[in-house]
Amino acid sequence: MRLLGRAGGAALSLLMVAVLGFFLFRVVPGDPVVSMTRGRPTTPETQAALRAQFGLDLPLHEQFFRYFTSLLRGDLGTSFTFRRPVAEVVLERLGPTLLLVGTSTVIAVALGLWLGVLAAWRRGSAFDRVTTGVSLTLWAVPTFWLGMLLMMVTGDFFPSRGMRDTDTAPDFLSQALDVGHHLVLPSITLVAVVCAEYALVMRSSLLEELHAPYLTTARAKGLRDDLVRRRHAVPNAVLPAITLVFLRFGLVVSGAITTETVFSWPGLGLLFYDALTGPDYFLLQGLLVVTAGAVVVMNLLADVLHGVLDPRVKVV
Amino acid sequence: MRVKLGALLAAATFLVVSAPPAPARPPVVLKVAIVQQIDSLNPFLAVFQSSTEVGRLMYDPLTAYTAADQAVTEGLAHRWESSPDKLTWTFTVPDGKKWSDGVPITAHDVAFTYNLMLTDEVARTANGSFVANFASVTAPDDRTVVIRTKTPQVTMLALDVPIVPRHVWEKVGSVKDHANDTMPVVGSGPFVLTEHVAGQFIKLHANKTYWRGAPKVDELHFVYFQNSDAAVQALAKGEVDLVNRMAPAQFDSLQGKPGVTRNKAQGRRFTELVINPGAQTRTGVPIGDGHPALRDVRVRRALAQAIDLDALVQRVNLGYAEKGAGLVPPVFGKWHWRPDTSAQRPFDPAAAGAALDAAGFPRGADGTRFALRLIGRAGRAYDEQASEYLKRSMSDVGIALDVRLVSDNQLNEITTAATYDLAFSGWSANIDPDFILGLHTCAQRPGADGKGGTTDTYFCDETYDRLYARQLSEFDEDKRVEIVKQMQARFHDQVPAVVLAYDNALEGYRSDRFTRFTTQPAQGGVIMAQNGVWGYYGAEPAEHVAQAQGSRWIGLAIGGAVAVVLALAVVLVTRRRRATAEERE
Repeated sequence: MRLLGRAGGAALSLLMVAVLGFFLFRVVPGDPVVSMTRGRPTTPETQAALRAQFGLDLPLHEQFFRYFTSLLRGDLGTSFTFRRPVAEVVLERLGPTLLLVGTSTVIAVALGLWLGVLAAWRRGSAFDRVTTGVSLTLWAVPTFWLGMLLMMVTGDFFPSRGMRDTDTAPDFLSQALDVGHHLVLPSITLVAVVCAEYALVMRSSLLEELHAPYLTTARAKGLRDDLVRRRHAVPNAVLPAITLVFLRFGLVVSGAITTETVFSWPGLGLLFYDALTGPDYFLLQGLLVVTAGAVVVMNLLADVLHGVLDPRVKVV
Repeated sequence: MRVKLGALLAAATFLVVSAPPAPARPPVVLKVAIVQQIDSLNPFLAVFQSSTEVGRLMYDPLTAYTAADQAVTEGLAHRWESSPDKLTWTFTVPDGKKWSDGVPITAHDVAFTYNLMLTDEVARTANGSFVANFASVTAPDDRTVVIRTKTPQVTMLALDVPIVPRHVWEKVGSVKDHANDTMPVVGSGPFVLTEHVAGQFIKLHANKTYWRGAPKVDELHFVYFQNSDAAVQALAKGEVDLVNRMAPAQFDSLQGKPGVTRNKAQGRRFTELVINPGAQTRTGVPIGDGHPALRDVRVRRALAQAIDLDALVQRVNLGYAEKGAGLVPPVFGKWHWRPDTSAQRPFDPAAAGAALDAAGFPRGADGTRFALRLIGRAGRAYDEQASEYLKRSMSDVGIALDVRLVSDNQLNEITTAATYDLAFSGWSANIDPDFILGLHTCAQRPGADGKGGTTDTYFCDETYDRLYARQLSEFDEDKRVEIVKQMQARFHDQVPAVVLAYDNALEGYRSDRFTRFTTQPAQGGVIMAQNGVWGYYGAEPAEHVAQAQGSRWIGLAIGGAVAVVLALAVVLVTRRRRATAEERE
């Protein structure tokens, strides 16, 4: 029952996102037809024809009706810029984004939680100070700057753009290695920047548990420090971090605009950026529905999993 | 255990290092960085400059421009003539030219392309303006194309329209939905499109049967950079061979880099300051809220006189530009106009102040005459720096400037609604000046609904319009040049905009791998963004060009080895911990 309620809430959120998506982007300044034809000799007739082709000459409520009924049929419309169905354009960028942001999030979560646990356990030690200091510094550093710096410092070792080279052998192994090679710098950038968040959340929630009586009991049983931490303290302290992780996983789909821009990584973040310069209404709407959808679904999943991990939540 | 791990590590490293099999003779690849995406591969729909450039490599137009002096030369047609009334043009497509799939190119392909544009509104999206004055296009035989125009049109040899193969395109149901990505894409240009990975790269192979002769490179790859700093880095590292559209600081950063040669070329682009002269629609209804003082030509002239163009070029363009004058940049030679001594408006704040006094705008108690809004684009270095400079210049003559830097879209919206006083703008001109001159005719202003306008400045001047119509039907080129110059003089005199500078095109290439590129024009010309394909077509690889892949694989090997070591370390630590933990509990 509770689950059904949550699912209903999620569905309602999605509906609101769909409605919002339409009106939100109509407020973005600019005329798509003017941007589309800028810098070229264009006749007023061509401009009018383009407006008609994309339904931009219709009254707003009719445009909305068209958009909404197509959305219900699963049709996200056609991108002005790329002249192809939005779903196709988005899908083609989904893979690269999942690869980059997914990989980095997994590494950042693992590394962040691990560092957070150790830092809390050895609170006040040199390790704690260094870890917290470094991760806070990286958190504060502009992503763009860090990315460019990495690119310059690593010289010839790593490529400066994209996901693969144009002249890599077509066999699977070469292609996979090439993608891996291209993935290194963007992932390091992304991990460096977001890792601190997990480390700090984990550190503070573990600190709260440190003086709990059950830990004294565990120690009194004669358990080694490592085990006290691993089997007793961490499982209780990890809940806020889990919520954070799931929210983050929801955002994986929306990509990482800055990192993707620095390294010209062909993901959804970059697509979002390009779509805004149009403004490419249909593409923007489609992107919002897909990315917001992912967040809503992941939120729902986090709720459900929270109940599984923490029996107290179920009772309420 | 340790021995096993060591062996595993060695094996993994070996695998990584030895992965690429060395080909016997690697193809000569020219890698070009582009900083603009490809919007569409369909030549009827593609409007981005990058896509137009790729389109020109794939499809030859009817007539082309030479590299050396930008004169009209053979395209698909090698001969052309017009009737005495200049309403009928006959082009001859010679025997022997072939599509990349071996099918002969005929006049029917040309007629098919133009007729598709005449009958299908969607096919006019990208290049519709070129056929707007066409009455009919026919191909009476395989070799002859006859085009009839509604009125005499002097730009008939400047039709920048890709001609597509009829045998491929007649099977296309809807131009709107045709992505044109069936590889290899059949074309007539020096290169054949073979692969496109959206947002990443485009690959073309040399068309070995190209009628001018095969290009000297085997493959041409355009790789996409979202970030121009990264593109410049990539050139310095040798990941790409050719980069353009560099900012002055980026261009300077490449000075003295081994293996890199820079090309400071005369560009097709100019930067201008547009002045709202009292914007109106085509029907004469005022729109927007431009400052009323700017409707007075004396005020506009005074503004122009208060700007030190030389200083602007030195300080903001860092010297990588030429001082502005007429609408046609100097790279287009005879069409370019500079004011003679009588028309010159030298920088003179005192004279500008006196002119403003005479126009009825004396300084107030605070020393200010009136305030104007200047709109520019946020994030564009030029606008940011030049606006600060203009603020000081205008303040010197008693005009307070309120600078607003906005997004590209906002800038668009503001200029379309004419809710500005001054704004930065800029255009790329073509070899034929018709386009850049046509932007300033009365007919380019928006319709009654405020839409459909392509005007740059809301300029509407009877004298200018009359001259525009005359040049469009003047077939004696010397006479036409004279009219075009008169138009630029009129524009300069009426000041709907001040042409601030002709920007240099800043390019760089790997001269250790390519010894020469054909520039257009020959002296001080560009390699990329030409009115043609000479830059890529004429690229000459250095002898023994080998694709340097060594460092890349060293990187991979190190990356791989580090990953393997890390993974092993994690496994080892976990195992050790688990073992001891179980013992102790």
